[in-house]
Amino acid sequence: MVKILNKQVLATGIKRFELDAPEIAWRAQPGQFVVLRVNEEGERIPLTVADTRPEEGVLVIVFQEVGKSTALLGTLEPGDAIMDLIGPLGKPTEIERFGTVVCVAGGVGTPEIYPVTRALRQAGNKVISIIGFRNKDLILMEEEMRRVSDELIVATDDGSNGNKGLVTDMLQQVIYRGEKIDRCFAVGPVIMMKMVSLLTKKYSIPTIVSLNPIMLDATGMCGVCRVEVGGETKFACVDGPEFDGHKVNFDLLMARLKTYVKEERQAMEIFLKSRNENCRCANRKEK
Amino acid sequence: MAKVNPRRTPMKEQLPQERRRNFDEVPYGYTPEEAISEAQRCLQCKKPSCVNGCPVQVDIPGFIAQIAQGAFWEAMKIMKRTNVLPAICGRVCPQEIQCEGACILGKKMEPVAIGNLERFIADWEAMQSECVMCEIQPATGKKVAVIGAGPAGLTVAGDLRKLGHDVTIFEALHKPGGVLMYGIPEFRLPKAVVEREVNFLLSMGVRLNLNYVVGKLKTVDDLLEEFDAVFIGTGAGLPLFMNIPGENSLGIYSANEYLTRSNLMKAYLFPRYDTPIVRGRHVAVIGGGNVAMDAARTALRLGTERSILIYRRSRDEMPARAAEIHHAEEEGVEFQLLTNPVRYIVKDDGWVQEVECIRMELGEPDASGRRRPVPIPGSEFRIPVDTVVVAIGNSPNPLIPQTTPGLETTRWGTIVIDPMTGRTTKKGVFAGGDIVTGAATVILAMGAGRVAAQSIEEYLRTGKWDEIKK
Repeated sequence: MVKILNKQVLATGIKRFELDAPEIAWRAQPGQFVVLRVNEEGERIPLTVADTRPEEGVLVIVFQEVGKSTALLGTLEPGDAIMDLIGPLGKPTEIERFGTVVCVAGGVGTPEIYPVTRALRQAGNKVISIIGFRNKDLILMEEEMRRVSDELIVATDDGSNGNKGLVTDMLQQVIYRGEKIDRCFAVGPVIMMKMVSLLTKKYSIPTIVSLNPIMLDATGMCGVCRVEVGGETKFACVDGPEFDGHKVNFDLLMARLKTYVKEERQAMEIFLKSRNENCRCANRKEK
Repeated sequence: MAKVNPRRTPMKEQLPQERRRNFDEVPYGYTPEEAISEAQRCLQCKKPSCVNGCPVQVDIPGFIAQIAQGAFWEAMKIMKRTNVLPAICGRVCPQEIQCEGACILGKKMEPVAIGNLERFIADWEAMQSECVMCEIQPATGKKVAVIGAGPAGLTVAGDLRKLGHDVTIFEALHKPGGVLMYGIPEFRLPKAVVEREVNFLLSMGVRLNLNYVVGKLKTVDDLLEEFDAVFIGTGAGLPLFMNIPGENSLGIYSANEYLTRSNLMKAYLFPRYDTPIVRGRHVAVIGGGNVAMDAARTALRLGTERSILIYRRSRDEMPARAAEIHHAEEEGVEFQLLTNPVRYIVKDDGWVQEVECIRMELGEPDASGRRRPVPIPGSEFRIPVDTVVVAIGNSPNPLIPQTTPGLETTRWGTIVIDPMTGRTTKKGVFAGGDIVTGAATVILAMGAGRVAAQSIEEYLRTGKWDEIKK
């Protein structure tokens, strides 16, 4: 059992947990992930390591409630425990002094790119970060990202923060203004990573994306996370999760992510129904 | 001497028509009367060949003699001297080519049902209020790390713990048992049975660290600083695919994924359990081994209309146990033999729609001694499917070899050992099971564990390490 030390709601449906996981906190490097299981009936959920404080034994995860399992995870409070936590998994991000790098993230990709951004900055790169959200209420970790970037651009789809556009629009502007970009890192929704990769390919900017396929054991045993990279099949859990964005078959990834749409909807409906029923019971008691 | 019944006592089992739609275990097990009557068929040979046929050298005539007298407790005591996992072995060992294959009765009539008796005695013990404890030698102060809680690792742990060593198992998954837990289905090996036998090891004082990926958290070198010896039993966990067009489309599983979802994650109980699995109407399973049979029979239990097994050679070459093939057939699995998939036809939304196959014929024997299947040109045909399970084997998990300098591997990724001792090319490190042999059987892994445990004991006692002769 792994104890939840701290909980924070970062935006609607996006939560940040600090977990008591000293051994993993010591070993985890930027770009790696963990797998957790809330309870005996639970799924194995892969989540990128958002931060660590090894001296305190703290491992940070940030997740968006997108289905039953993450919604259930979101109901836990500090002092509660999750049943299983395994990691660190996957290969760490290749961190070097590349020169000028751009870190692009969309939505909940922001906490995931944060440790990578910080490590790139510490390695002596000039870091330009671009983070995008649907609207200003969903903006995440702006201050943290500003601290680890030389320049931070925050964009919203609806312009509610005063800077309207997609992350690719912002990236295009950075390219137009003549910035010589040596490497680009992109984490976020698959469509965003695809669009970023298409753009950087035009300008021959090497681009690393962090893929999020369905995973099960996440140790190379099952192959559900297979992705096509440069025409070859790779297992994202052990060969990745980071790959050359110019070679990834994003369309296949998007299709495979839909394998269990029907089941996910069914599980969510049952979960919401039981939660509402529980709420009603509680109300009755109060009366 | 009383006349021996030429026929063994049959074990009652669920009827095919009932069991094909439930996950309950197929055979019910012997009653005490049935067990005694079967045990009385044993000739109690002076030089028992059955024992030589057993990779872990169970004292077979010894425990059977006790059953024949109704002394079940005594029988279990004898069993546990050599085998602390009898409920598992009794169910999944290929007895027909091991102990029972060597039974003298088998020359003229049916051999003694040793596997059934082994299972009986273990299940009988589980019904009692206490269990037979193993004698544990005084603490030696030596520490051993075992990587992987599968059949090999569990055997090593049990053997070394009995000798008084301090044993810690590191397991990557959230449950112990390895393939016994994620691979073999409930209807062949109930998970409660695996849990029971693992719990017995823990009651002996074996320590267990779950969710612990050696190679990621600690390396083998890290472990060697803390432990006097390390055993690697990480199995053959990397699924092979055929690399044919369309194989990454939706609905196509590796057998590992399909079975892990169903067995370890209990997806057959979705939505009570959260992990989903596709309940296809037409399921094709590619392969002819035990794993393929398990997958095809699981598909039936998940409610499929057709469960089709596609195998490129003929029935005679199938590597699966005869009993498993028989069970699958009884339950209605359709066999497409001498047939090989060449590509998958995929719908616009990415889901598999059909598998295109080609008929094969058998040519000259290949390196494995089996006749090589050769495609018949122009014989392509298609089978409509919405789920496919690729069960053509696994290769060793590369994580430990990759993160352990000095550990030599073959070009297939298996760890090089001295087969007589289980020693690897790295001092203090031993290995056994599928990580050495490539995908094989539970009992062979246990046998390798037994060999390694003996030589670990010797190494801990003498500190002597001979390099492997190559």
